[in-house]
Amino acid sequence: MAEKNLDAVGRFLARQGILVAFVLFMVGFSLWNPRFIDIDNVFGVIRSSAILGVMALGVTFVVIGGNLDLSVGSLMSFSAIVVLDLHENPAFGPFLAIPVMFAMTMAIGALIGFLVGYLRLNSLIVTLGMLSAIHGLTLTWSGGQNMDIANQDATWFGVFGRGTALGIPIPVLIFGLLAAVLAILLAKTPFGRKVYAVGGNGTAATFSGIPRARVVFFTYLISSFCVATAGLIQASRTMGAQNTVGQGMELEVLAAVILGGASLLGGSGTVFKTVIGVLILGFIQNGLLLAGLQFYVQFVVTWVIIILAVWLDIATKRGKLWSAIA
Amino acid sequence: MTEKTPVLRLEGIVKTFPGVRALDGVSLTLLPGEVHALMGENGAGKSTLMKVLGGIYQPDEGQIIVDEQPVVMSGPLEAKAKGIVFIHQELSLATELSVAENIYLGELPRKRFGLVDWAQLEANTNKILKKLNVGFNAKTRVGSLSIANQQMVEIARALTVDAKAVIFDEPTASLTDAEKVVLFEVIADLQSQGVGIAYISHRMEEIFKITDRISVLRDGQYQGTVNTADTDEEGVTQMMIGRKLDLSRNESHHELGEVAIEVRGLSCGNLYHDVSFEVRRGEVVGFYGLVGAGRTEIAETLFGLRNPSAGTILMNGEEVTIQSPADAIARGISLVPEDRKGQGLVLGMNCRDNMTLPQVGDLTAGPFVSDGAEVAIFDQYRDKLDIRTPGWRQTVGNLSGGNQQKIVIGKWLSMHPNVLIVDEPTRGIDVGSKSEIHNLIRELAAQGYAVIVVSSEMPEVLHVSDRIVAMYMGRIIRTFTSEEVTEDNLIQAISGIEGGKVA
Repeated sequence: MAEKNLDAVGRFLARQGILVAFVLFMVGFSLWNPRFIDIDNVFGVIRSSAILGVMALGVTFVVIGGNLDLSVGSLMSFSAIVVLDLHENPAFGPFLAIPVMFAMTMAIGALIGFLVGYLRLNSLIVTLGMLSAIHGLTLTWSGGQNMDIANQDATWFGVFGRGTALGIPIPVLIFGLLAAVLAILLAKTPFGRKVYAVGGNGTAATFSGIPRARVVFFTYLISSFCVATAGLIQASRTMGAQNTVGQGMELEVLAAVILGGASLLGGSGTVFKTVIGVLILGFIQNGLLLAGLQFYVQFVVTWVIIILAVWLDIATKRGKLWSAIA
Repeated sequence: MTEKTPVLRLEGIVKTFPGVRALDGVSLTLLPGEVHALMGENGAGKSTLMKVLGGIYQPDEGQIIVDEQPVVMSGPLEAKAKGIVFIHQELSLATELSVAENIYLGELPRKRFGLVDWAQLEANTNKILKKLNVGFNAKTRVGSLSIANQQMVEIARALTVDAKAVIFDEPTASLTDAEKVVLFEVIADLQSQGVGIAYISHRMEEIFKITDRISVLRDGQYQGTVNTADTDEEGVTQMMIGRKLDLSRNESHHELGEVAIEVRGLSCGNLYHDVSFEVRRGEVVGFYGLVGAGRTEIAETLFGLRNPSAGTILMNGEEVTIQSPADAIARGISLVPEDRKGQGLVLGMNCRDNMTLPQVGDLTAGPFVSDGAEVAIFDQYRDKLDIRTPGWRQTVGNLSGGNQQKIVIGKWLSMHPNVLIVDEPTRGIDVGSKSEIHNLIRELAAQGYAVIVVSSEMPEVLHVSDRIVAMYMGRIIRTFTSEEVTEDNLIQAISGIEGGKVA
């Protein structure tokens, strides 16, 4: 009986490997530097992870559906620049700027969804191309200038990035709320089930009457909605933005999603796991800063994390660390 | 049998997976110069046993003994180095490389500076090919060879080492009769050189033709070994499934209802032409023909996966257009597809979710999928179809072929279709599950379903059909009732001969 329990524990650990790694990392780092677990530091990390996290929620849908989205960083810059510019435009103002920005960002998401879903183009190529195209669009829009809100005291626009409710920063609230809604959408609705089916075996999904193209289309639409939300938080927090504010975030987002355990082949992953992935990434980067390493080291570390995550995923699946067939 | 040193012995092999005891103390002895059949239903543990032998899985208990030396197999390469060679059902060749490169892949002969010694490579390869008596040479590109010849390349690969034991896993699955003869000659040749042959197959006639001994597995347990000469098909079947098989032809007809689906002059490009037929409720119509006769394409058209170029489809007397699987499902047409793993199932999903996939949009409570409704459907069809799984959470990829197929059938039965199309319903499925599925098809007709069975196995078509549509090169040659059909006239029809004349 004890043996059986041990076995169950082993299986739980193997399945929740990422959660275990997270706890071990937190405990280890806290012992080394108690400031790490300081309540202010913890909230700081969660707050600074919120933008990345919101984007990762959307990309989780795309990845489970069997595709990639490398355009999210570039698209986030676009939405931040657009919402700031429209905010400063007297014809729009904050009330109109936000919905118009969402519509434009999601129109681009719909275009990607159309190309990948209905035309069946390779998502890597489409979104890598989009990364560049959207960057061009952003620069054209802004004329290469940074966008700033001139009179920051005269607008309520800062509430999304700077505000708090019940003592919780608004970005964290948005992240949590969106995570909850999307977790339910993915785990509990027919649409969520279809995303898993399309990513797990697109042909079998077609043979079950599931409109594969439409499902893929909606995963990109969700992703672009999340990106627009992230862009809003970003713009609101800094009340201004550079054209390159989201640059490179596509890889961090992907790192968080994979770290959470979604397979790049599609068909597996959950919103909860992605949230864990986002937090791990945030705390690791924070830990590195506390350890006195330069901020720029995090780009290298992100890559190392991606490799480790993919390796661990494959190693647990085949039950050994290297492939016997070299 | 005289006392020879076994080339290979397995002793008390135990292998468990979560929830399943896949191998439960299996022992096997392979003597030099014998052909030893390994039989069992799908899920009996044959594949697992071979994976243990090939070092892909490590056994939990038990020993592998080669030449009376206990060994630990770390992987296929080590197995090969020890003289244990596998010829797999699914070929593992690099199709863009030449025959010679494939045979010596990883051990190409070298010259100075590590360059490949092409002359040596070609000479070695042709020497082996000569032994196999094949019609291609070292330089042929593997992708241009037939499946049978590709298999010969696999066998040639086995002959590059001093093989002590060669394991054939369903080698004849995709071979023609003529190609089988060549394969059996090669096996006899290996046998005469003192190589021990393990032969895994579902095909009884082959087993009785070429093997010396037969070992049987059932549910992961070793059932015993018999001399082939001392037993017969029925005896082996009994060992495999523990009950008798029903091999009779279909003679019972159910009461026919109205026409469920009618097809008039249907054509689809050059895939099939001017096809007309009807299926009534309570009737099973079998579509029989060679590969490429257009049977599967007709099924796919009815299910909305192909658009016909001419002709009409009528349901309940009304003309319908079916442009997508969703259309077909809405009209009550279900298709159990030919390729179970590629088209029928999401292997990484659990049993229940696979089964309810086509109707998940309807099984809702408010905006959410209703857990209870899903489990109820799964439970109902698990019991009805006798699906053996530890529970609905089990990943479908972990089930045996027969149980996987039952999941697919359950998935479509739970849609309560007017017309049920099953394409190759028992491909790659063991005898026991096969007859269960045949009985199920008859029973469905009895319940008033209109059933179309597409099959390339004659016994299957004969066994389940009320009428048989014989196809040749995209055309219907003749439609038989089960009273008028004979093996001979059916074979003639699918070869394009009708009433002695070429059609």
